[in-house]
Amino acid sequence: MRVLIVEDDDILRDGLKVGLALAGFTTDAVATRESADAALAAGSFDAVVLDLMLPDGSGTDVLKKLRDARDDTPVLLLTARDTVADRVSGLDMGADDYLGKPFDLDEVAARLRALARRSVGRSTALIEWASIRLDPARQSVEKSGTPVRLSRREYAVLQALMSQPGAIFSKTTLEDKLYGWQEEVESNAVEVHIHHLRNKLGPGLIETVRGIGYRLGGDN
Amino acid sequence: MRSIRARLFVILLVTTGLMWLSATLWIFFSTRAEVEQVLDARLMEAAKMVSSLVVNQEIDPDRPAQTKAKIPVLDHPHYDRQLSCQIWSLDGTLIGKSESAPETTLSAHATGLSETVINGETWRVYAVENAELGVRVLVGDNLRIRDRLVNDVVKGLLFPALLIIPLLATLIWLSVGRGLAPLRKLAGDLAARDASDLHPINESATPSEISPVLGALNGLFGRVAGARQREQNFIAFAAHELRTPLAGLKTQAQVALASNDAEIREKALGQIVAGVDRTGRLVRQLLDIASVEASETTPPAAEVNAGDMLASIRSELLGHAGRAVTVVIDLGLFELRARVNADLLRLAARNLMENALHHSPAGGTIRCSLETDEGNVAIAINDDGPGIPPEEMPHVTERFFRGRFKAAIGSGLGLSIAELALDHAGAMLRLQNRATGGLSAMIILPNRLIA
Repeated sequence: MRVLIVEDDDILRDGLKVGLALAGFTTDAVATRESADAALAAGSFDAVVLDLMLPDGSGTDVLKKLRDARDDTPVLLLTARDTVADRVSGLDMGADDYLGKPFDLDEVAARLRALARRSVGRSTALIEWASIRLDPARQSVEKSGTPVRLSRREYAVLQALMSQPGAIFSKTTLEDKLYGWQEEVESNAVEVHIHHLRNKLGPGLIETVRGIGYRLGGDN
Repeated sequence: MRSIRARLFVILLVTTGLMWLSATLWIFFSTRAEVEQVLDARLMEAAKMVSSLVVNQEIDPDRPAQTKAKIPVLDHPHYDRQLSCQIWSLDGTLIGKSESAPETTLSAHATGLSETVINGETWRVYAVENAELGVRVLVGDNLRIRDRLVNDVVKGLLFPALLIIPLLATLIWLSVGRGLAPLRKLAGDLAARDASDLHPINESATPSEISPVLGALNGLFGRVAGARQREQNFIAFAAHELRTPLAGLKTQAQVALASNDAEIREKALGQIVAGVDRTGRLVRQLLDIASVEASETTPPAAEVNAGDMLASIRSELLGHAGRAVTVVIDLGLFELRARVNADLLRLAARNLMENALHHSPAGGTIRCSLETDEGNVAIAINDDGPGIPPEEMPHVTERFFRGRFKAAIGSGLGLSIAELALDHAGAMLRLQNRATGGLSAMIILPNRLIA
């Protein structure tokens, strides 16, 4: 799950970027409104963590631009001003959730997972497909009740596929969800991760759609 | 008198009354003169008439005095006998008189107009002498009757006036009240206002006499609203600036706790140390602002050597700043002694030098020099950093403003504190980009501050 962090404070931005990566997110971070607009225009984020006070404008401007472009990417607002009126105006402007500073890193992660879940129309925290059960909060996967150990990238690919069962994910889309900007993408990385997942969870779980990408397959 | 209404009422009533009084006096005197003229003419005519009657032998001057002739008068119920007539022989015998005439002679004068007092009553008399018949005809008016006539005319004028004055007073009272209605409305509007309602009062509908007051009031509202807005902005910014580093500290601490990777953990701890430094500095700056703002009265000025002060700030800042920046202080500054509040000047200079340090490239030089600015002495702190983009220049002294070239540790308060402190010390701050690149921050000391 790929998250954009928009925060001008260097230490907090770095903390969120590293901390959310530890919680299983693929993270990218920017410090200004301008770069946030540019990053969001490029798309492919599953959620945005947005600070309201930015050096070159307000986070609400970023939010407004995003919603004006009919982009429904879930947005979690971070702000130091957490009066009721501030919360109400933030939510009314199209934010999906709101956290006052200082916050708890685990709470940010949990809220982001909840936002991502709701954005694909799911209300339960656990994702199940056939005999596979994925718990985003613990980043754990079970097959028929037995825990399966996955690497961070393998987990990310599986979570992307399972978040929208039936949808076809292209290789590029999966790469976007796996790697932040500064990370080097190996040319056949996605194929390698899919191969490992088939080995660990059964060959039929992930289907290859020739020339398009991958999707969840029938039970094996 | 504290009520404008009562004041106007009294002024209007007194002036109207005075107008009325002078008009009445004028009418009184002119009527009296007119009436006297007419009555004198009547006296003369009557005297001549009687004299001519005597000539017509209707009254015999030779008749003995005891059988005094009665001058016939018309008997009419409404006839007010005003004229009295006496006919005297030239040797002093009363030959005849009218009923209302007194027994004694009405006039000592032989001919013409005169006034005589008989039994306490004043008479105005006209005398005609008829030498041919040897008689003198005196015709007189009782002045009491004349006065009554004039008084009646004046009373006729005054009586309606007395009735009208209360009516006039009521009308004046009501009109003044009506005229002052905009003031009452304004007072009512203001009284009904909420304490937080600082909208200007609409000036277009108010009379021109109140608009200066309204203008001043609206100006005051504007200033109060501005001050309140600045205060709210400051609180919002302070909340943001304090909570954000706290959030950063907490997040980094949680990263350090959650990660098993020694490298990640070490980096997070390093970030925590930097964050505490920065937050500590922010807290110090907020306290500086509070203490400068609290020093409303300018504390006693001491003599400060600018060079010594800058040298001590330099050793303090370079002592724990691990950056290879050189700070040069021109010798001229050691000759400059300012009579100014030392704490405020030092606070400003320290913040300006910190700002210069944060924006200097590694290996850069900060040069402190003595300058003159429009006849005033100035301490300039020049760096060779990026300077301030022109569009940011008006905002850099706003609290918490951080521009494009912000320093990592910057709080957006330094320049704002420098300006505030200099303002309280009676000096000024001028920021300008140097032609050779970098910023020149000048502390301008007016001549009266130079020892």
